[in-house]
Amino acid sequence: MKFILSILLVGLVTYAIGIYGTLPWWSFVVTNLIIAIALPIKPLHSFIAGALGVGALWAGLAFGIDLANNHILSTKVAQILPLGGSYIALIIVTAFVGALLGGLASLTGSFVRKPE
Amino acid sequence: MRIVPFLLSATVTAALVFTLNIQLKLGGTKAPRLGYFLSPQHGFWKNAEKLNTNFDATILANDLKGDVDVYMDDRLVPHIYADNDEDAYYVQGYLHAKYRLWQMDFQTRVAAGRLSEIAGADKLSIDRFFRRLGMVYGAEQTEAFINENNPVMKATVDAYTAGVNAYLKQLAPEDLPFEYKLMNFEPESWTPKKTYLFLMFMSYDLTGRSASADLQLTNTRDYLGYDLFDQLYTNQQDSLDPIIPIGTAYAEPSIVPVKPMSSDMVYLKKTQQVDIAKVVETPEAPDPNNGSNNWAVGGTMTKSGRPILASDPHLGLNLPSLWYEVQITTPTHSTYGASFPGSPAVIIGFNDSLAWGVTNAGRDVLDYYELKFKDTTQNEYWYNGEWKSVTKRVEVIKVKDSADVIENIAMSHWGPVMFDAYYQNPQSNGKNLAVKWTAHNPSTGVETFYQLNRAKNIGDYSKAIQLWKCPGQNFVVATKTGDIAIKQQGDFIARWERQGDFIMPGTDSAYEWQGMIPFEENPMILNPERGFVSSANQKSTDASYPYYLGTASSFPLYRGISVNQQLSGRTQLTAQDMQALQTNNYNVFAQQARPALMKFVEMNKLSTEAQRMVGTMMQWNLYNDPSEKGITIFKLIWDSVENAVWGDELAGASIPLTKPESFVLLEQMNRDTNFSVADDIRTKDKIESLKDRVLLGIEKATLKCLELEKENKMSWQAFKATRVLHLTKIPVLSRLNLPIGGGVNIINATGENHGPSWRMIVHLTDEIEAYGLYPGGQSGNPGSPYYDSFVDYWAAGKYYRLLFLPKEKLKQHERTKWHIQFKKAVA
Repeated sequence: MKFILSILLVGLVTYAIGIYGTLPWWSFVVTNLIIAIALPIKPLHSFIAGALGVGALWAGLAFGIDLANNHILSTKVAQILPLGGSYIALIIVTAFVGALLGGLASLTGSFVRKPE
Repeated sequence: MRIVPFLLSATVTAALVFTLNIQLKLGGTKAPRLGYFLSPQHGFWKNAEKLNTNFDATILANDLKGDVDVYMDDRLVPHIYADNDEDAYYVQGYLHAKYRLWQMDFQTRVAAGRLSEIAGADKLSIDRFFRRLGMVYGAEQTEAFINENNPVMKATVDAYTAGVNAYLKQLAPEDLPFEYKLMNFEPESWTPKKTYLFLMFMSYDLTGRSASADLQLTNTRDYLGYDLFDQLYTNQQDSLDPIIPIGTAYAEPSIVPVKPMSSDMVYLKKTQQVDIAKVVETPEAPDPNNGSNNWAVGGTMTKSGRPILASDPHLGLNLPSLWYEVQITTPTHSTYGASFPGSPAVIIGFNDSLAWGVTNAGRDVLDYYELKFKDTTQNEYWYNGEWKSVTKRVEVIKVKDSADVIENIAMSHWGPVMFDAYYQNPQSNGKNLAVKWTAHNPSTGVETFYQLNRAKNIGDYSKAIQLWKCPGQNFVVATKTGDIAIKQQGDFIARWERQGDFIMPGTDSAYEWQGMIPFEENPMILNPERGFVSSANQKSTDASYPYYLGTASSFPLYRGISVNQQLSGRTQLTAQDMQALQTNNYNVFAQQARPALMKFVEMNKLSTEAQRMVGTMMQWNLYNDPSEKGITIFKLIWDSVENAVWGDELAGASIPLTKPESFVLLEQMNRDTNFSVADDIRTKDKIESLKDRVLLGIEKATLKCLELEKENKMSWQAFKATRVLHLTKIPVLSRLNLPIGGGVNIINATGENHGPSWRMIVHLTDEIEAYGLYPGGQSGNPGSPYYDSFVDYWAAGKYYRLLFLPKEKLKQHERTKWHIQFKKAVA
């Protein structure tokens, strides 16, 4: 239960602090850490929750934006970054970066308190 | 708490954040900050515009005097309806920023010599070039002059500036234009000085070629000696068809410039060699084909009995485009056309009463003077028999990730000392050179456009362009009342023959500019008998004009001939005929050069492959159409023959020299068959004739043709590979390999990365019938469908009908899509 709650909370909070882009892009690292401390679960579970929360959010946002844009920009960016012009690869890379960092942040937090 | 795993995990996380938050090297260039760039709430994803974006908006602005309505049509062209002029320019500034912010910012940073600030030390040589050329100095002169003397222009530029800054103020960080995120820098507040810097850049683009040409011509003359130089780089153009028809009488000149007594010895002189000192690269010189076409046909030649005006400025083809379409309507005036993001008002366009267009005059308004400094402090220089002091102008260049670079520019009475012990380029030969340029003088150029936007008749037009100083332009005009006119206008120096073509001695006042040609004496023609006026960058007058115009290399010959041939004797013309003419691909140079060349071709001496190539070239219909192969072969053969003829004379120089203009060889071929330069001076035992050179040239060109055939690149469009380049030159943000014909010497002057940058046709009927487009799109955002939406249409030679309507009609027009309301905020 706490695992599912962690995922949802990570996704929700990451989205909320990102609405106004004035905070740095990595702010979710801090909030993930806090969530992991507040809701202690096993380190591996915490990593997965953080990774899924941020990764799914980023994948979803990128996918939605890209669809509405008919891949105009993603196709270009996927050539500036060496991804062979594939918008799918670009969405995957986007989600992966978010997931990796989100997971690591939650993992770090999970070492603070033992799960009950 | 598990300390060790916690610390380990925290360290890895922090290191990852750090790595994703800096610009890593990616194949020689710097990558964006990857984490920031990819974040869907911060980075580039935010710039991916929805296809069906609704551009409706209500904007509260406390700097406005009243409310302003903007209606956007289906091409995203704003139609601004304001209650007063200043509000209109405020909104124009706001919209320029909303759609073109990065471009405005980037271009003015380049002009100001501030590229290193955002791109690092690699760009330092470009920054130093612009600083030492006096770009910032010139912009400061104009700003000070306008602030002091011209309250209306000051208010106009201030209102525009306030509009740009109002947009910046509400711009959320996640909505920064794409390129800022890619290159990792941030916008800064707009200032009037940036507008003047932008206009300085246009002066550089259109007259700055002298900054390299004068050096090259000097080196070429020194290498060849004046007599041979004057033969190869002749100013005589037999086939010239000037802007002002041949035979027009000119008034006695009010200034008769006196050629200095010493000029044959000291100025035109013989060979000298100097060691090259510390040398840096300079930016690529402005394109020699920066030119344009414009013409106006009078009512006698049109079906409607009303004039039609056409204008298409040929400039570098870039994304985002230099141009932004706009309609501005206030109680004082109503105008439509292409504007410059970075400047208020419409630059090339029309209003309720008349239409106007410009082409570059090509006159030389930038000279170098060689200084003799007293000592290495460079504090004093020799002038008229005594030492004269300089002042020092300090310019600080900030460099990203590196220490500031200070330029101490010596300011002489001639102008800034561009080349000295601290700055040399491969052409400057170790000399101390001061640069004198009309663009350094205060300019009221903005006011010319401000007044043209409001002009009602030829008198208003004349008053407006009288204010124009630099870069010299051919202003064409056509009015609803039936007048057509063209005038070459700018600050032009009354020169003696060849004055300023080369570096001049800076020690002697005899080489000073002796005066500016009065406005009344600049070439003009109003309602000529032949029924039309035109210009295509050729010399404005025949030799009977009493002033020296400049070197022939500044005046392309053939487009002008082509335009005049196409217009002569025509009647019943329509706007559609004008479209066909603007996109005409006929090659008048090849029409003359092909038969001239063939006189020297001995077919039986050619290889079989060469015979085949010549055969294909002969069958060509002389149109530079996209699929033609004949033009590709013709171009390769002609270039190759030129190399064979001139190559031996120019080879061996330690500094690269420029090739003579194409007309020189062509007119030589037409004149006589005994052409001494044809001999290869490297073979002592043999005298080569022009026939020998032609033979060699064709065989060499054939080898290239065969390579192209293998690569399947023989068609003109594949060979020319026209591209519209993003300002950063990043290929995927550009449009490459466009299917379009034309080229140098062609009315459709589309080259590789250069060509008709705004095609406009205005039929001056009661309700104006206007067409136009530029190779770009109204949005500067590479993530918008409006980024390059006109490019394919442009390449295909098609036109959009321009909507120029009063508010009530436009509001209800079927092509009107969105409404942006600017409301005065209640304090």
